[in-house]
Amino acid sequence: MKEVICICCPKGCHLQVDEEHDYKVTGNGCPNGLAYGKEEITNPTRIVTSTVRVTGGIHPRCPVKTDKAVPKKLVPAVMEALNDIDLKAPAAGGAVVIEHVCGTDANIVTTRSI
Amino acid sequence: MYDLVVIGGGPAGLAAAYQAYQHGLRNILILERDKELGGILNQCIHNGFGLHRFGEQLTGPEYAGRFIKMLNDTNVQVSLDTMVLDVTPDKKVHCVSKKEGYRIIDAKSVILCMGCRERTRGAIGIPGTRPAGIYTAGTAQRYANIEGYMVGKRVLILGSGDIGLIMARRMTLEGAKVLACVELMPYSSGLTRNIVQCLQDFNIPLYLSHTITDIQGNGRVEKVIVAKVGPDRKPIPGTEMEFDCDTILLSVGLIPENELTRQAGIEMDPHTKGAVVYENMETSIPGVFASGNVVQVHDLVDFVSGESELAGASAAEYVEKGEPESGRVLNLQVGDGVGYTVPQRVRMGNVDKNVTVSFRVRRIYGTSSIVVKSGDTVVARFKRERMTPGEMEHITLPRVLLEKAPQDTLTVQAEEAQKS
Repeated sequence: MKEVICICCPKGCHLQVDEEHDYKVTGNGCPNGLAYGKEEITNPTRIVTSTVRVTGGIHPRCPVKTDKAVPKKLVPAVMEALNDIDLKAPAAGGAVVIEHVCGTDANIVTTRSI
Repeated sequence: MYDLVVIGGGPAGLAAAYQAYQHGLRNILILERDKELGGILNQCIHNGFGLHRFGEQLTGPEYAGRFIKMLNDTNVQVSLDTMVLDVTPDKKVHCVSKKEGYRIIDAKSVILCMGCRERTRGAIGIPGTRPAGIYTAGTAQRYANIEGYMVGKRVLILGSGDIGLIMARRMTLEGAKVLACVELMPYSSGLTRNIVQCLQDFNIPLYLSHTITDIQGNGRVEKVIVAKVGPDRKPIPGTEMEFDCDTILLSVGLIPENELTRQAGIEMDPHTKGAVVYENMETSIPGVFASGNVVQVHDLVDFVSGESELAGASAAEYVEKGEPESGRVLNLQVGDGVGYTVPQRVRMGNVDKNVTVSFRVRRIYGTSSIVVKSGDTVVARFKRERMTPGEMEHITLPRVLLEKAPQDTLTVQAEEAQKS
C-alpha cells in the first residue's frame, strides 16, 4: 500500500494505492483520483510549463506548455528541447512550437498570443 | 461620463467589467497600469487555474486569455499604461498616461480591482547585511517568465506560500539549485498539491517551524543562517544551519493594494486590510465597489472571478436603479479562530435568497464546525472535516436564517469537534 497525494485539483486528496490488487485506489474524492493514483505509481507524468525565446513580441519570452502530461523522467529533456526554440512574433495562443516533444505524443504549444 | 470605471485589468477587473456588460452597461472603461491586460496571471505560467470555472486546468495566461477574448466581443474600452492617481468620493477618477496625459474621468460607478502586492524583507525585518540577491518570489517570477532573466543559481526560499513553492519548481527546472524552503509556521500555507509537485518532485526539503536568523554577504548574498523556532516563533539557540547560496526568495504574504481606497476615505477593515464591503461588494461610498485581492487575498483565481462578477452585476444594478434598499443592517464580526469575514456588512433589504460569506481560520482545525451566532443564539452551523489558514472557507447563509438573528451582529467562529 502506498500513499499518494492527488494533484488533480486544489483539494489534495490523500490516496491509498494498493499495488498488490491492480493498483486499487481509495481515499479519492472524485474519479480523477482513481486514474491519477494508479498512474502516479506505475508511470508518473506531469504537464510541463515553461517559456521559449521570442523575437519581435512585446516580451522576450513566450509561455508554453505540453498539451498532454509527459513521463516525469522526461521533464529535464523537455526543458532542454525548449532552449533551441526561437519563436517569431506574432504567434497565436495554442500554436504548436514542437511536435511530439522528446518522442512523446505531446506537443509544446504557446499559452498566449504574442 | 462613463457608467463604470474599473481600476485594474487583472482577473478581478476583467470579470467585473464583463459581468457589468452582461448586466446591461454599455459605457465601461478599464484602466490598467501595465502594457497589457491579465495582471499577475501573465507571469503565472504554470497550470492549475480555472478548474472550478472552466472544468479544465489552464495556465495563468490561458485563464486571462479566455476573459480577454470574452471582453473583445464587447464594447468595453481599455486604457493601458495608465496609472490611477486618485478616486474622489464623488467618483471622479484621476489618471495619467504617456499617451493621453492627465485625465479626470467622471464615472457613475467605480470598481476597485487593484489586487495585492508582496510583503518584502522590510516588512518582516530579517537581520543581516543588505546584499543583492534578495527578491520577493513574485518579482523573481516576473523576471524568469516574462523578462527572461534568472535571478540566481543557489536559492533558498523563505515562506511556503504558493508563489514560493511554484518558484522552487520553476527555478529548479531552469537549472538553479533550490537548497530548501523554510517556513516559520508549523504548517505550510501553500496548497498540498504544490508541496507535492513543486518540492517533493525535486527532493527540495521543507523546514517547518524554521526561519532565517542571519543573511551574510557584501555585494551579493553568500550565506544564510536558518534556525528552528519554538512555539513562540522565536529562534532556538544551537539549532542553526548554514546554507551557501546566492539568492533568497521571499514568499511571506501579500498585502491588498489599497492606497486609492484609503485616499478616497473609504472605510477599511483592519483584519483584511481591504475595504469594508456590503453583501454586493459595495464599499462605504455608494456606487464604489471593490473585488478580488484588493478586498481579501484569495488562494484561487476562480473565487476572484466569482467575487468580481458579483461586483460587476452590483455596479450595473446601481447605475440602473440607484442605491439598493438597505433595510436592517447586520454586522459580521470575527469570533474565535476566524481571521476576517467578507462581506463585513449585510443589508437585509438587498438580500435575495442568501449571502455567501468567505473567511480564513487562524490555525489548523480537524473535524470542526463553523458557527454563526447572534448574541447567544446559534443562527447557523456548518461541519468541516478540516480547515487550514491556507484555504479560504465559504459559507452560504440563507435569508430565512438571517431574519431570525435576534441582534444586529453576527459572529462567525470556528469550533473544534468535542472529543468524547
